[in-house]
Amino acid sequence: MARVSLRVNGTSRVVDTDPTTPLLYVLRNDLRLQGPKFGCGLGQCGACTVIMDGKTVRSCSLPVASAGNRAITTLEGLGTVARPHPLQRAFIAEQAAQCGMCMNGMILTAKVLLDSNPNPTSGQIKDALDGNLCRCASHLRVIRAIQRAARERA
Amino acid sequence: MAPHSISRRELLKATGGLLVSFNLFEPVLGLLAQGGTPLSNAGGLSPDQLDSWLTIAQDGTVSVFTSKVDLGTGTGTALGQIVAEELDVPISKISMVIGDTTRSVDQGRTSASRTLERAGPQMRQAAAAARQELVKRASARLGAPAGQLTVANGVVSVAGNSAKNISYAALVGGKRFDTTVAASGEQWDLKVAPEVKPKDPKDYTIVGTSVPRFDLPPKLTGEFTYAQEVRVPGMLHGRVVRPPVVNSKPASVDEASIRDIPGVVKVVQQGSFVGVVARTEWAAIRAARALKVTWSAPPGQFPAGPDAMYAYLQNTKPFAERVGAENGNVSAALAQAVKTFEATYRWPFQMHAMIGPSCAVADVRGDKATVWSGSQAPFITRNGIARLLGIREENVHFIYREGSGCFGRLEPDDAPEDAALMSRAVGRPVRVQWMREDEHGWEPKGPPQLITIRSGLDGQGKVTAWEYAERTLSWTDARLSPMLASRQTGIRPDENGFFIGGTDGTPYTFDNRKAMAAAIPWMMNPNPLRTGNLRAPFAPGRCFASESQMDEMAAAAGIDPVQFRLRYLGDNTRAAEVLRAAADKAGWQARPSRASGGNGGGGNIVTGQGVAISGLAGTVVAQVADVAVDTSNGTVTVRKVTVAHDCGIIVNPDGLTNQIEGNVIQSVSRALMEEVDFDSAGVKNLDWNSYPIIRFRDVPDVDIVLINRREMPPMGGGEASSIATGAAIANAVFDAVRVRLRQAPFTPERVLRVLRAGTV
Repeated sequence: MARVSLRVNGTSRVVDTDPTTPLLYVLRNDLRLQGPKFGCGLGQCGACTVIMDGKTVRSCSLPVASAGNRAITTLEGLGTVARPHPLQRAFIAEQAAQCGMCMNGMILTAKVLLDSNPNPTSGQIKDALDGNLCRCASHLRVIRAIQRAARERA
Repeated sequence: MAPHSISRRELLKATGGLLVSFNLFEPVLGLLAQGGTPLSNAGGLSPDQLDSWLTIAQDGTVSVFTSKVDLGTGTGTALGQIVAEELDVPISKISMVIGDTTRSVDQGRTSASRTLERAGPQMRQAAAAARQELVKRASARLGAPAGQLTVANGVVSVAGNSAKNISYAALVGGKRFDTTVAASGEQWDLKVAPEVKPKDPKDYTIVGTSVPRFDLPPKLTGEFTYAQEVRVPGMLHGRVVRPPVVNSKPASVDEASIRDIPGVVKVVQQGSFVGVVARTEWAAIRAARALKVTWSAPPGQFPAGPDAMYAYLQNTKPFAERVGAENGNVSAALAQAVKTFEATYRWPFQMHAMIGPSCAVADVRGDKATVWSGSQAPFITRNGIARLLGIREENVHFIYREGSGCFGRLEPDDAPEDAALMSRAVGRPVRVQWMREDEHGWEPKGPPQLITIRSGLDGQGKVTAWEYAERTLSWTDARLSPMLASRQTGIRPDENGFFIGGTDGTPYTFDNRKAMAAAIPWMMNPNPLRTGNLRAPFAPGRCFASESQMDEMAAAAGIDPVQFRLRYLGDNTRAAEVLRAAADKAGWQARPSRASGGNGGGGNIVTGQGVAISGLAGTVVAQVADVAVDTSNGTVTVRKVTVAHDCGIIVNPDGLTNQIEGNVIQSVSRALMEEVDFDSAGVKNLDWNSYPIIRFRDVPDVDIVLINRREMPPMGGGEASSIATGAAIANAVFDAVRVRLRQAPFTPERVLRVLRAGTV
């Protein structure tokens, strides 16, 4: 066991854990942040996505020790039902989900995209999200939601 | 115990476990478990009490109780709309309580797109009865005859004197109704308060509008509690350890192999079930991976791969055969036909491929248990756990928490039993999360189909003969059959499994027609090629075969494919209307089979347009696919799918649109790229790289025409639009390159092979 300091959603947190534990389990079980989801544990589907130092990472495949003192943002760090982030508001407006299990990764990946490219084409959105799987197949709504968020931010 | 279940048990005793029944929707030759106590599928609150269906709080909040679970398709919101409409309360006052076995009537399992069609009228009538009761009580309180009262926003007023009013909350807020209503039948066939006259649909203001889904805001902010997020005090983490090959049993388990992993609580072994429980999730994962288990040699083998599986289907004696439709004399008609057609079509093993693998939490304490999961069948899961643990059904409290979109996978929900076994073994609550390789490897899969159609045309291009013969595997995991943990601990399934079949899936009428299916026996022991219902079970394969055959005959007869189909729809005006609507919306150009050699951008890219039609449980759907085929490498790109959809009255248009988009895109994925690969020992696709599903770059546009029939009841939207997509794509490929695809998925390699062979 080891003490690992994390900076999550702007707050410093210290956890006592096996340092080889993937960040995902620490976020979900130790910090009770349930935005990031377990999908595959292999970095293939994107359900576990978090933002670390401005880039998306697959938290299921990242040992927590490697995340020490990096700035981590989870879905909870964007907004709440009461005060949603503009992207969350756009996803709600477009009703862009069915089961919603993959939407953590969709929204956070979209945030990183819009941070660097505020007005992406639909092709750029597809490219950015191509590594995020959705089985209910809400793809078209996700694209529309990201376009709406970009429009409303402009 | 409901009388129905008693008679079913007695019937089972009398028939030695084989239950034979027939109904119009799903021809059933079937099974129940044998070797253990037969599983009852009943339970829940009494349907003849208003309080079983809804309660009204002092603040006017209407709590609505249903065991029809929302699988991420928005049915919770839609059922809430139906209740709000009948009660005349704002939708914002509705609070849905879903899938708690101690707080709901047993409305049957959630599958086959029957939620709005079956539970819709149940909830509607219960709400109408509640409204009637509330108006009656208001009449007494206000001293005015019920006929002079109106209701708006949960307030009953005297017509013409709105100052004289009383709210629902003031009438019953925080109290029970204690009102008995008429109720008969059970589950899907339950009828509630049929004598109460509900609202006329022409007065609807909530049903028929796109009420935003209740569940989406918290899902999009991380505040929603999925089954995966259930945490209870003292909870430990469990993982199952599955054998590497089929049907193996643990010969020995070396607990010393995980001694150095801190946090391991127990290795749980019972029968052929092996699992580990640990204090942290990571320790459980590490221990499950590291645990050294010597497995017995497998007693059986799979066919050597997908091709060998089709040979197995062809050559194995069926345990049951069923003729689902027969009229005229097909043999004579085939003999007299001017032109005959015979083709064999193959639809592969496919996965549900949930994004979030199975997960459950169980807390077993003595002879009581509480269980949380995303099961599609709360009462069946509850009763299965009771049987597994040898405790009373009423002592198991099942609480639904939504899991991943599951498409039939969680009707047989395994994880709750895994969790229950491990919880009992350690005396603490245990959360079991299946890993990706568990889910891909061990989910019950949609079985392969081998379909041969023989048909004939007369000299005028009329279909005079149609013979459809399907061979497929029975379902090893369906309805009341025991889950993995039950089987691993000695509860035996029926020897043949569960079989539905016998239909060709078409809405057509032919003068001479026969449709039949042969059920091929399959391994009933726990194995990674378990079979079960996968979204619109068997229907995409049937539609692919039937609608390809129709298209081929249209082309041979030189008749436009849309016009050709319309000739066989008889008095099915709804099917004809969706067909015309989809064709119109897609800009269909009538032609005798093929446009012009479809030139879609020059070079190796050739475009085509194809149509197909399907029906499911009263809903009719037509689809037109626009595709581009790259003749240099066989790649099929689906550019657009146009859908016309008629499911009766539409409860929530945007919810339905959401569902249709998802169905169609998922079906493009299944048609173009999905096939389970295996060898004699096991499934080879254990991750997303080896079982690819559609990604953003390959997603087509979906253009939808909704046909709303306010005069009809609601019918299912959950699956109907997932059927015809593959067939429409295959027909569009024919339109483009004039070759017939006979086997799904339409991978580049397979299409290229067909292109080179030039088969028509």
